[in-house]
Amino acid sequence: MADGSIGLWTVPLAVLGGAIRVSTPFLFVSLGECITERAGRINLGLEGTLVMGAMSAYGISYLTGSPWLGVLAAGITGALLGALHAGICSLPRVNDVAVGIALMLFGTGLAFYLGKPLIEPTAPRLPAIDFGWWSDIPQVQAALRINVLFLIGVALAPILYWAFRTTRWGLLIRTAGESADAARAMGHSVLLIRLRATMAGGFLAGIGGSFLSLFYPGSWNEGLSSGQGITAVALVIFARWDPLLCLWASLAFGGAAALGPALQSVGVTSGYHLFNAAPYILTLAIMIITCSPKRTLTGAPAELSITR
Amino acid sequence: MDSGRISRRHVLQGGAALTLGAAAGLRPAFAAETTIGFIYVGSRDDYGYNQAHAQGAAALKKIPGLKVVEEEKVPETDAVEKTIESMINLDGATLLFPTSFGYYNPHMIKMANKYPKLRFEHCGGLWSEKDPKNAGSYFGYIDEAQYISGIVAGLTSKSSKLGFVAAKPIPQVLRNINAFTLGAKSVNPKATTQVIFTGDWSMPVKEAEATNSLIDQGVDVLTCHVDGPKTMVENAARRGAFVCGYHTNQSALAPKAYLTGAEWNWEALYPKFVKMIASGEGIPNFYRGGLKEEIVKTSPYGEAVSAEARKAADEAKAKFLSAEGYAIFKGGLVDNKGKTVIPAGTNRGQKDPELEKMDYLVEGVLGATS
Repeated sequence: MADGSIGLWTVPLAVLGGAIRVSTPFLFVSLGECITERAGRINLGLEGTLVMGAMSAYGISYLTGSPWLGVLAAGITGALLGALHAGICSLPRVNDVAVGIALMLFGTGLAFYLGKPLIEPTAPRLPAIDFGWWSDIPQVQAALRINVLFLIGVALAPILYWAFRTTRWGLLIRTAGESADAARAMGHSVLLIRLRATMAGGFLAGIGGSFLSLFYPGSWNEGLSSGQGITAVALVIFARWDPLLCLWASLAFGGAAALGPALQSVGVTSGYHLFNAAPYILTLAIMIITCSPKRTLTGAPAELSITR
Repeated sequence: MDSGRISRRHVLQGGAALTLGAAAGLRPAFAAETTIGFIYVGSRDDYGYNQAHAQGAAALKKIPGLKVVEEEKVPETDAVEKTIESMINLDGATLLFPTSFGYYNPHMIKMANKYPKLRFEHCGGLWSEKDPKNAGSYFGYIDEAQYISGIVAGLTSKSSKLGFVAAKPIPQVLRNINAFTLGAKSVNPKATTQVIFTGDWSMPVKEAEATNSLIDQGVDVLTCHVDGPKTMVENAARRGAFVCGYHTNQSALAPKAYLTGAEWNWEALYPKFVKMIASGEGIPNFYRGGLKEEIVKTSPYGEAVSAEARKAADEAKAKFLSAEGYAIFKGGLVDNKGKTVIPAGTNRGQKDPELEKMDYLVEGVLGATS
């Protein structure tokens, strides 16, 4: 350890650090999509929202000098894209999956177009809190340099879990998702509930994007998301529409993303493509193990177009 | 010659002299413009590989009589053939620059056979006598600049552990890793380079993870070969490590951590190509050059580079610039599995095509090609 190296300990540490660093966008997008899908609508456009959020956060942070204003701008951009999705889906005989795919392409395309001048400049980043002060190993300190957004995301998961079960709002969202007729019979507008749920989902996904450009990897470029938004939408199904499971699934995906590079750095060099594919192999395996031809997925909102 | 006088007729003399030249004579309305097509694998604003080429294309746009059409994010599949066809048939391109490694064989070769009167110039491919005569490949010996980065890195590192974030184990990438390592070892025999392959040209999250893993292993100077080095440069600088840039000058991103870097100089080469065609001599099918030919250059030294490192790097640069040049890959070279890859007594000069088939990592590199 005299030369500053920690040998094989790098791997678990990198997986832990990766779980913390890489998971935040997954967490925000999946929690956002959880709200939207619980209300009975699927928004596949969150990949576009994530990229738009990353771009607008970087742009606003660069122009105003305040990364927090950037986070807010990303959230508002996401909510607006959510409103657009919900607005189009309110029209009769519109398929929400198709609208989502269109918005995914629209969001990424618009972000790339508007983001061209933002690739070279460096914008102020979000600060990190040092949770590694107790350790004198620089590697541990680096892994435990945690962003506030991650903590907010971690806190949000149990709050959402609680809110879905016990609050009036949670009940309304679930009713709209389980039976639109029941919600209407109670005198509520299903479209309005879904509009709000999609906007809330977009808001969170936008904030997830701001984490990508303002904290880690921490700059704007066009390869930034590399499909994380769409992975996170799939993660919601994988997590059975449960916010707490979304949290664990996001952490697992974050850690798995760090596995490939970490193994190479300690000398496990063969098959790195396989290790890089680890998160996807994990998804496939769990999907196969948990699926059944005899019933629909447990926990799936009945109004969701993919389960009908 | 005066670049203002390059007309369609002049430019076409190289590729399609007879037919199109005659047509231009008959129909003077067409004589105003020659169209050149550029194809990039990623975004042309990536602060890296594609941007360096786009800057070269921008230099051509300034020349009167030339029209440049560009398409970015074209994958290295038959998608590039469709792009080439549409540039030829819809835009009337007569000179094409597919700039990514994987475009060459079979895609560009197929197109060159299909359109024998047009000219195709590929960056990085290995043109041989078997390939069509209207195709060519050009490349810069950027490993010379990497060797100099290696010298600076080897003399700056305190742990003698260097890191390399690489995309794919193709010959050009391996040659850069090896040159960087040999440069470092020439001044610091203890130096090693740990390499991590991310698997693709633009994977920001993987690149950031690779950077962090390397620094966790005690690496304190990093460089890379990915399309956009911004992620590596910023994340390494945040962790307090030093960096050597790649493709373009990234010193503005991390002025304190930036030591030097290996840069392309396509702005100088592309106008030269156009002049070669216009003057009738044509572009040689196999065109290569390094620091001496000004196809590559090194970034100015950063403030953290010691006087000793500057001196050693300047001496190496002078050797590359000298009339006899300097061979990085000399006889008695052993790879990191202990196998002799260049037998003693054989020096592989920079122009040796064997080097462009490189499939090994030299002794001192920690990592494997597969």
